[in-house]
Amino acid sequence: MDLNVLIVDDSAAIRKILVRVLAQTNLPIKEVHEASDGSEALKILEGNEVSLVLSDINMPNIDGIELLTRIKATAKWKDLSVEMITTEGSQAKVLEAVQLGAKGYVRKPFTAEQIKEKVLACLKGGEE
Amino acid sequence: MDQELLVKEVVGAAKNVFETMLGLEIIPGEASVEENAPTENERVVALIGLAGSWIGTFMLCCKPELACKISSLMLMMECESINEDVLDAMAEMANMIFGNVKTELESRLGNLGLSIPTVIFGRNFAARNAGQQAWTVVPIHVGEQLMELKFCLTKSKDAPPSGNTRIRTYTFVPEEA
Repeated sequence: MDLNVLIVDDSAAIRKILVRVLAQTNLPIKEVHEASDGSEALKILEGNEVSLVLSDINMPNIDGIELLTRIKATAKWKDLSVEMITTEGSQAKVLEAVQLGAKGYVRKPFTAEQIKEKVLACLKGGEE
Repeated sequence: MDQELLVKEVVGAAKNVFETMLGLEIIPGEASVEENAPTENERVVALIGLAGSWIGTFMLCCKPELACKISSLMLMMECESINEDVLDAMAEMANMIFGNVKTELESRLGNLGLSIPTVIFGRNFAARNAGQQAWTVVPIHVGEQLMELKFCLTKSKDAPPSGNTRIRTYTFVPEEA
């Protein structure tokens, strides 16, 4: 199974890092899409087959929590794996994201290994 | 808020970010108080604001050479001079370091918010905050080079006298004509 990944982060630096980390994993990743906020991410989801979303929380326009809410509320996307990657590490935000259906959570700073684990878990289709 | 504790949180967050994202060890120096507005000679400065029960500004500043080195390691590409990539990378460094400080402080101070980072590159400019609060400077040595992490925080006038702050949302409902 080839993965199509969508990276959502308002930081161009983090998007660049994640693209490079994903390229180095040697995992079967077919396409990597990038969005700088939730609004852009929704447009990409409308026009592309995406199997994994790696999303920041604090972003302008539509933030990560709102994006997650909209994804889970849309029938065709409700089973889509969403991993939150953010500096927002407060317990309340983690709980909120998990309750809304996020599959997992990575706090910045992150290692390449942590990202690879998340992608592998998505490939295996298992719960974390 | 205890300044020593704050310095400890800033150093801890910086160590974590440098080691995890860049594979670099840092050596923290002695923190000091900078009474006058700092003058910056050819520096990259990333500023990020804090809001909530405590308000103020966090600042990260270093020479362009160190900013390029950090960005090269972080982005896994060669950055030889200050460009958009370097400014983005320094903004993210500030976001990660001070974002982690904010998360640690929230367990003691209640909900806090951070602004989007602002990055400045230039020479012979001064950074000043509107109040009279002094900046606390935490020097960190990255190999032969120096980065300064600064903060200038004060308790918000709107903060409750003690205990955690909770953010409440009010909805304004206009009166019917």
